[in-house]
Amino acid sequence: MAKPADWTTGVEAILYQSCASCGKPQYFRRGFCASCGATGLAEKRASGKGTVYATSIVMRAATPETRAHVPYNIVLVDTEEGFRMMAHGVNDLAIGDRVSARFTEFAGRLVPYFEKLI
Amino acid sequence: MDSGPAPDGASRNDDVNHSCISMTYITGVGLTSYGKHEGLTSLDLMSKAAELAIADAGLKRGEIDGILCGYSTVSPHIMLATVFAEHFGIRPAYAHAVQVGGATGLAMTMLAHHLAEAGVVKHVLVVGGENRLTGQSRDASILALAQVGHPDYEVPLGPTIPAYYGLVASRYMHEYGVTEADLAEFAVLMRKHALTHPGAQFHEPITVADVLASKPVASPMKLLDCCPVSDGGAAFIVSREPTNAARVKVRGCAQAHTHQHVTAAPALSELGAEISIAKAKQAAGVAISDVRYAAVYDSFTITLAMLLEDLGLAKRGEAAARVRAGYFSRGGEMPLNTHGGLLSYGHCGVGGAMAHLVETHLQMTGRAGNRQVGDASLALLHGDGGVLSSHVSMFLERL
Repeated sequence: MAKPADWTTGVEAILYQSCASCGKPQYFRRGFCASCGATGLAEKRASGKGTVYATSIVMRAATPETRAHVPYNIVLVDTEEGFRMMAHGVNDLAIGDRVSARFTEFAGRLVPYFEKLI
Repeated sequence: MDSGPAPDGASRNDDVNHSCISMTYITGVGLTSYGKHEGLTSLDLMSKAAELAIADAGLKRGEIDGILCGYSTVSPHIMLATVFAEHFGIRPAYAHAVQVGGATGLAMTMLAHHLAEAGVVKHVLVVGGENRLTGQSRDASILALAQVGHPDYEVPLGPTIPAYYGLVASRYMHEYGVTEADLAEFAVLMRKHALTHPGAQFHEPITVADVLASKPVASPMKLLDCCPVSDGGAAFIVSREPTNAARVKVRGCAQAHTHQHVTAAPALSELGAEISIAKAKQAAGVAISDVRYAAVYDSFTITLAMLLEDLGLAKRGEAAARVRAGYFSRGGEMPLNTHGGLLSYGHCGVGGAMAHLVETHLQMTGRAGNRQVGDASLALLHGDGGVLSSHVSMFLERL
């Protein structure tokens, strides 16, 4: 599989796969659908909108690079497209908040960063 | 549990020859103190624990014909079981490592049970040990463990193990109204238990206020909500036949694996602990109301709170109230982790949760000294690996 052009490779996008056979969206990229096994998945670009499922603000990081960013908020977001993803977010996000993604630099990498939709 | 006398000619449902439930025994246990073991390697700590367990079973090294070991993050090796066998000086007929994170100890016990039950081996040495505290920096430990996360979609975000469990905690607290003060109760209880065990890493009493005031690590987890990093080793022998007066039988066990990464975890109500306990109850033919002693994985306070409720040892959101009422105390209705658990006895990796089984065995055989509970005739053990990813539930019964 070719590398995805998304935030994991430094491109400002959140991509996911959609199964033509069973219709399930899938976030962790692979050559088949983990739900039904079908191949030939469509690659789609997510809107970046979703709802906060869980949050944890990291105060104790493990490397000098990540320590420079403390405190940072790790969030799980349930996207509009129906998959869950991990990302960063504003520190005061609460479970249930409607959010939208932009992108930011973290420890030398591009990462998705969610802010509250007003 | 004893099912009582069987009608003439009928076999009892716990009969030795029953096709589903057969006998294997935990015949010996060994445990080092947890904390700092300056200068000792993972193999040294494994050897110490193995020697204690073999002696406890009344066996000689040469009688061990199977070895199952875990892993060492300090000294990774693709063939740790044979490295250990050579180091320890035995030539087993069966040997390999097992890796399911924190569930490894009970997963090895389950495998040893089935190997002995099937007649593949007579005496399996199950061993884990690691110099995780003094063998590497705390940063290195935290970093190594964070790698249970997804390499592309999680690890680049800088999460730590406390953050993975912090995420789970935030959701659990949101859904069931559990508070940080509730979670603190579990840390206080485990510390209270550790105070009575000379081998525990921590011997200073703590209060709920201490836990709440401790340094934030990854919200809502604070330092005292997290288990420490330790050096230590634990081992036990699983045998086809008893070797001594101890009659601690593996009554039944089961596993469940629902995901690896927290991003891919199912809803809180569909986690693996509920699946594995349901299967284990069926395999063992027992109910939670039969259980007299509990040994439950407690890497974080949230882990223990959730697992107690998943296993049915408390209703949803009510485990903390049971702690406050003394239900899980040494003299309570369901004594829990009387050695202090991972939170206060310590956590040296694979050996961490094996200490729970060692303590259970001591309780079941009346050898727990000043920690002895009244009745530990039937015990429930539960292990969790990853981020509530891999689960093993097991019932032990004293005959």
